[in-house]
Amino acid sequence: MGKFKKKKREMGAISTASLPDIVFMLLFFFMVATVLRTEEEMVRVIRPEASEIYKIEKKHLIRYINIGPPQDKRYGTEPVIQLNDQFADVAQIRDWVENERLTLAEAEQTKMWVSMKVDQDTKMGVVTDVKQELRKASALKVLYSANSRERTN
Amino acid sequence: MARRELQEINAGSMADIAFLLLIFWLVTTTIDSDEGVKRQLPPPVPPDMEQQEVKDGDVYNVRTNFRDELLVEKEVLSIDQLKDGAKDFLIATGTGLLHPERPNVTLGDDNMKYPERQWVRKAELIALEQSYLAAGQEKAAERIREKLTAIELFGSDYRELPGSALISLQTDRSTSYDLYLQVQNELEAAVNELRDELSLAKFNESYASLEERYSRTKEESLLDKIKAIRLVYPQRISEAEPRDASQGYY
Repeated sequence: MGKFKKKKREMGAISTASLPDIVFMLLFFFMVATVLRTEEEMVRVIRPEASEIYKIEKKHLIRYINIGPPQDKRYGTEPVIQLNDQFADVAQIRDWVENERLTLAEAEQTKMWVSMKVDQDTKMGVVTDVKQELRKASALKVLYSANSRERTN
Repeated sequence: MARRELQEINAGSMADIAFLLLIFWLVTTTIDSDEGVKRQLPPPVPPDMEQQEVKDGDVYNVRTNFRDELLVEKEVLSIDQLKDGAKDFLIATGTGLLHPERPNVTLGDDNMKYPERQWVRKAELIALEQSYLAAGQEKAAERIREKLTAIELFGSDYRELPGSALISLQTDRSTSYDLYLQVQNELEAAVNELRDELSLAKFNESYASLEERYSRTKEESLLDKIKAIRLVYPQRISEAEPRDASQGYY
């Protein structure tokens, strides 16, 4: 009955030639999908959490104001305002808004968003001052930057 | 001349190189997410503008102090209670749709007074629209037409909040930003939950999904639904002009 002999087949090694392609695809995916942080963060910002989150689709319309204690302890621990790459005073905000607005195309100048990245332990005093200045500069669309969480019941 | 056979380069390490690149990229990039709570600031107030008188019951007062405590309608609340309180205020005396009419409590000063919701009736609107059109007030007529579409979509008349009803938020300069944002968030959650509830009942779709679909497709019929729901539950969160609150406390 030894008619049906089990055939022994040699398993060929799996070709790994396409592995680099796969990894490159992964790499390109991440490169395209991630948004590069364009400016250095000079203040420490721990963002608060919120459930009613809005996501801005057109990223080029956003300008950032960071408020928080300086990363570099030599500048103290009191919250400071960072505009672009430098510390700023509340009084400079109006000029900053005007300048930033000019960097946008004319048709989009009214659509500018100001994203406020504020450390959660900051007192409202400085935030209120900044908001008042934004109002005076007619930059009324504001996003309070926050991490998303579930709604509480 | 000796002819040398070109040898194939071994590509086995290519994957390793690519992996190195990938890991380098992952480590060095910081993902910067642009999401948060959206707010429209009010335009600057001209100095000569006079203060408007509003009815006591029409304003839902929320105040925060330097110890991160909440004072809502003269009562100390915790942050988890705020949303329900705000919802209660927004429903007011009943929308005429999902929430039946309820009496306005006016016993004593301690009871919360609600703003009086007014009936929006189809027959009255049609007459009003005609009179606006006759007077050539196209914009006013347009607003009436929006209410008419809303009635058509809901299938019945509804009651609207008076124009002066709003949620007023006043923050002390020493309140923490975290609490401020939580308050903003809870107030917005209150409006959104009410809108979702109404939208699910009438259009079988949540309000959030209506908005999301409209932003993609720009369909007119979706916009009508969104506007209808906004008419019933407008989002009116006003931030009081900042003042030195230290005067008011002691």
